[in-house]
Amino acid sequence: MTGSSFTPDNLAQFKATFFDECAELLVDLEERLNEMQAETADSEALNAIFRAVHSIKAGAGAFGFTQLVEFAHRYEALLDRMRDGLVQQTAAVATVLIHAGDILAGLVEAARSGEERSKDYGSEVSVEIDLLLAQVDGLESVITPVAAQGCDSDGGGEEPDRQPDTTVYVIDFAPRTELFRHANEPLLLIRELKGLGDLQIECFTDRLPGLRVMEPEDAYLRWRVTLTTDKSLDEVREVFEFVEDDCELAISAVAAEPEPREEDQDATAAGTRDADPAPSVEAPAVTDNAAPAADDAPATDGAAPSVQPAEERPAKTVSSKAAPQSGGVSSIRVDLDRVDRLVNVVGELVIAHSMQSQLNLNSGADFQSNQNNEDMTRVIRELQECVMAIRMQPVKSVFSRMPRLVREVAAKVNKQVRLLTEGEQTEVDKTVIEELADPLTHMIRNAIDHGIETPEEREAAGKQPMGKIKLSARHAGGNIIIQVIDNGAGINKEALLKKAISKGIVSEDAKLTDEEIEELIFAPGFSTAGSVTDVSGRGVGMDVVRRNINKLGGRISLHSTQGKGTCFTLTIPLSLAVLDGMLVAIGSEKYILPLASIIESFRPQGEQIRALAGGGEVVSMRGEYIRLIRVHHLFNIKDAVTDPRRGLVVVTETANGGKVGLLVDELIGQQQVVIKSIQENFDPVPGVSGATILGDGRVALILDIEQLKTMPAASGELWRPSSAAQTEQLAEEAQGNGQNAHVSAPTTDPEGRQLPITV
Amino acid sequence: MSKKVLTVDDSKTMRDMVRFTLSGVGFDVVEAQDGVQALSLLDSTKVDLIITDINMPNMDGVTLVKRVRGGSNHRGVPILVLTTEGGDAKKAEGKAAGATGWIVKPFTPDKLVQVVNKVCP
Repeated sequence: MTGSSFTPDNLAQFKATFFDECAELLVDLEERLNEMQAETADSEALNAIFRAVHSIKAGAGAFGFTQLVEFAHRYEALLDRMRDGLVQQTAAVATVLIHAGDILAGLVEAARSGEERSKDYGSEVSVEIDLLLAQVDGLESVITPVAAQGCDSDGGGEEPDRQPDTTVYVIDFAPRTELFRHANEPLLLIRELKGLGDLQIECFTDRLPGLRVMEPEDAYLRWRVTLTTDKSLDEVREVFEFVEDDCELAISAVAAEPEPREEDQDATAAGTRDADPAPSVEAPAVTDNAAPAADDAPATDGAAPSVQPAEERPAKTVSSKAAPQSGGVSSIRVDLDRVDRLVNVVGELVIAHSMQSQLNLNSGADFQSNQNNEDMTRVIRELQECVMAIRMQPVKSVFSRMPRLVREVAAKVNKQVRLLTEGEQTEVDKTVIEELADPLTHMIRNAIDHGIETPEEREAAGKQPMGKIKLSARHAGGNIIIQVIDNGAGINKEALLKKAISKGIVSEDAKLTDEEIEELIFAPGFSTAGSVTDVSGRGVGMDVVRRNINKLGGRISLHSTQGKGTCFTLTIPLSLAVLDGMLVAIGSEKYILPLASIIESFRPQGEQIRALAGGGEVVSMRGEYIRLIRVHHLFNIKDAVTDPRRGLVVVTETANGGKVGLLVDELIGQQQVVIKSIQENFDPVPGVSGATILGDGRVALILDIEQLKTMPAASGELWRPSSAAQTEQLAEEAQGNGQNAHVSAPTTDPEGRQLPITV
Repeated sequence: MSKKVLTVDDSKTMRDMVRFTLSGVGFDVVEAQDGVQALSLLDSTKVDLIITDINMPNMDGVTLVKRVRGGSNHRGVPILVLTTEGGDAKKAEGKAAGATGWIVKPFTPDKLVQVVNKVCP
């Protein structure tokens, strides 16, 4: 069996059903055969026998019981001739049928118990059947054994690697009325062709009659499709398999030629260019260039992945200079593992090089070697970017699934919604793309279900009855920004707050800001749908979306105006292999904090620190109390700064939109780090998401803020200012060092410019 | 949101397989054991696709196709008939009755999904 198949569990279940059914069928078969022998049979008896044998054969075929299939096939052929009156129902024939029934039962039993029957099991009966058939069909009829497995090649599976030679087919296609009567649809055929390669479509309307005489159910249009593909003529013809008798169809191969990649090129002018066959475009890691495999379809999606756009762009090729003059882009398929190895090796190179730079700095190297070193830095950075680009893919592959989703969800909830997409060509790492589909699906469902109002409500509010959802992607720094914007009702903050109070998520007397109220929709188990619809409101909510996005190192935020709409913004790093980090010192240890989650850092005054009765501390920042996490306690670092007034509190954002303060000794600087997984060699380490190697060769762990938050605080000494004098003294010291009590954490980039951290 | 498929077959094994395969890719599947049951179900339920076996008691697949095409409420719905290999005559008969296409038994889950997508995306 090719392609996807059932899991062993399903199969066992189906088999059990099948054998139960066989048992019933065999009992029925025996009864009917006995009637036949008693000559009380009617034609219905024969039909019932035929159906029983036929059903057994069909099931046996599905499970690959070859011997059973072959025998049933023979038996069925004989019964078929009898139904057609070609073989008379004599006593002798009835005896053959009964024997055949016994053999069939024996083969079913063999299949059930998994034992093998000898090859010639039931051969006497087979011969008798063959003789009876030969009398009817002539001697040349030898029942050919049938394949016991999906006998059709399936179009959805892996294609064997073959030399892709592109051919240009010109397909002239004119449906007849019958095509529509049989519920076929020309557009679906064209869509299917689109899956095979590049299309150019012309539609001819010359047969359209005047409106007065036009029959609405007749066919008048004709199409000419020019298809550039590496598929064979048979594969192209197969698209029209169901409609060949219901249309005028001519398919002719024009010429093989390199694929023209400009949309505006007239492919029919084939042969006028130097034919220099370029291999077809198959960007590495662009798997959906092949015929879409049916099991690519996400389970949430009603069917196979949506159609490939005709002008699929290959992923950025590394070399920009090697453009062949034919205008085609040549590419090769590369195994993803190789790309990953390359990414890893380049990561190592970056680390090794930064060690070397460190050494140069420390040893006071001369001008020339510093110069060389800078050149090297530049080249290596470029190399790293190139390698990253190999894994990049346009978000189109995810975006293109959404129109269908919108159509289906909107139809289900009786709303009118139009989806606009923007920036489909924006590229992001392949692993990120795979993780995007679920959150986006969820958000768009939400937007239709909760955001967009019914056409009546919209008109009452003075809006267009048709709601709009805009899905856009763009790059910003090292991130991709994806927005889902709807022009629906926005978020009803009062209702939201009521709901949260009734669910016990917030206390009744809580005073929340607008932002905090909006944040409530990310609370676990929260759903504002008045009733549980079958579109959303299954208790899987935005909290899961947020978790998924955080897993990618990204953030999700929302902004909503009541009556006007809602905008969700996802900010996700382009790659999971490098991270913009902030290097911090805690005692003699160095750690990396993900830069994206840092809000600000400051040195607290004594009165800003408060100890809580139940243990733990908070630090107040502009009237807001933030939980203080002493990282040195969690990791048991002995030589760390324990007095917050001498260290720094780094305020970071947590996944649920809250804030925590991490106490560190100092900020060392901002740097891009290559993420190394530590999962391969260790069990998950609490509080640590990965590691990186610093320029001096030391390993620094990357902190996982979500986990730090939940780690039990080690019972450390809580610091309290013992006297007002001490506090003053500290403040003076801080002044003397030219430091403000509030530091907005300026850091320097490699050129030495001050960079305020803005998050 | 998801489309509804009616699978008509007197064999529970076959119905189970069709149901399992298609519900796995997001279809709602309803079942009938023969043509008569299918027609009464179609009177009350709107479906987007019908997949029917040919050989069934009470009313066979070809008759079912004819009746559906002659009726009013599912006249334009794609109908796939299940045929056995080499059943070219049956294919033609189904086609003449108004079937949209066919699936050759035995089929793999992939093949079924592929054919279904061909006529009912």
